[in-house]
Amino acid sequence: MPQAYRSVEITVNGLTYNRQVEPRRLLSDFLREDLDLRGTHVGCEHGICGACTVLMNGYTVRSCLMFAVQANGAEITTIEGLAKNGKLHPLQEAFWENHGLQCGFCTPGFLLSACELLERNPDPTEEEVRVGLSGNMCRCTGYQGIVESVLAAASKMKAQK
Amino acid sequence: MYPQEFEYFCPETLEDAVGLLSKYGEEARVLAGGQSLIPLMKLRLASPKYLIHLGGIQGLSTIEEQDGMISFGALTRHAEVEESSLVQAKLPMMHDAVSMIGDVQIRNLGTIGGCLVHADPAGDMAPALLALGARVNTLSSNGKRTLKIHELIVDAYSTDLGEDEVVTRVLVPIPQKGSGGVYLKFERRAGDFAVASVGVQISLQKDGTCSEIAVALGAVGFTAIRARKAEELLRGKQVDDVLAKQAADQASAEADPFSDIRGSAEYKRHLVGVLFQRALKIALKRAGGEEVDTVHL
Repeated sequence: MPQAYRSVEITVNGLTYNRQVEPRRLLSDFLREDLDLRGTHVGCEHGICGACTVLMNGYTVRSCLMFAVQANGAEITTIEGLAKNGKLHPLQEAFWENHGLQCGFCTPGFLLSACELLERNPDPTEEEVRVGLSGNMCRCTGYQGIVESVLAAASKMKAQK
Repeated sequence: MYPQEFEYFCPETLEDAVGLLSKYGEEARVLAGGQSLIPLMKLRLASPKYLIHLGGIQGLSTIEEQDGMISFGALTRHAEVEESSLVQAKLPMMHDAVSMIGDVQIRNLGTIGGCLVHADPAGDMAPALLALGARVNTLSSNGKRTLKIHELIVDAYSTDLGEDEVVTRVLVPIPQKGSGGVYLKFERRAGDFAVASVGVQISLQKDGTCSEIAVALGAVGFTAIRARKAEELLRGKQVDDVLAKQAADQASAEADPFSDIRGSAEYKRHLVGVLFQRALKIALKRAGGEEVDTVHL
């Protein structure tokens, strides 16, 4: 059976893209292969590790557990969209300053999950951070640094307000 | 990991969706949030030739209170249920259950209708809704029907739905004042399925006698199970520790667990008794109007 291509219009980091995609094209591969945005990492590919996490209309989703056609009309933010005008996002700065990454493979997913977490709860407790990030895994096991980074970013962002 | 090729449809009305399902029969699958179906398709355990995505249909993700019930559109995402102030205030057991499903990313896409129809024996929504006496509305080429949870979910991963039948809404009766409910889940790793789970909804008379109780067990059978004999021990009685222990033993006996990667059948049966006693305590407190937080155990 020939697979009919579908037109999609997806806004990624503020730019709107019109593309033809196979229906089985995963959003993660659409971002990486079709748009050349390789900051979104693909880890386990079956909905456990959270490396492929992106924001869709402001909430986190696993881009490997979605078809690109499902994101038709949506606004996506990937790790490439986090820094603005050459300046790192406070969360990125905090990860840098607090050893929030070791090999860095899981980092894009963690940063986007942390973004949603702080958006909904700007002043989280350590436990709330751990629960909020429980959909992401760090194979280097650097969770302590990650949690400290998110707490540091939260206080920094609060002070800036 | 790529699914096999399929033809994709994104109908704009429920009638169109039913029409497509009638046309393609068992070669078609419905896509809601995709958090169970897409992993199955990537592993090629499911390879539908036709995928009918319901995401283009308007009005299927509303939460409304009507006639003593809260009505959820089938496409209401778990995150929306979790954040709903109506659910938090009036259906604490459902709030407990929904906030224990998977992790944030799964709750952001997964839907109430999708998880019920997927009918995973270890799912969290079915036991909570079973204890609450919820029903689902469906639509097919034969018209509309209303099914109770145990009528909808007939076996592991199996429902009573016809080939062209879709769940449209989930209706949950609001427990009366003086009723308290809780759902407790035991999981080994964050975001994992339950090893065992228990939902309890109890109503008390003014003198503290149990007037009505519903107990549902999750992950310890092919479907969620009502522990009816345990309920029978408590109905019409004043609940004390001795009676609670007897009912817990009875609930353990009514569980029908199997040994798997998450534990032996014996261990799960024991766990049911422990969770039941904890749940009963919290449900009693909530019935008395006390606020009790439930956390991942």
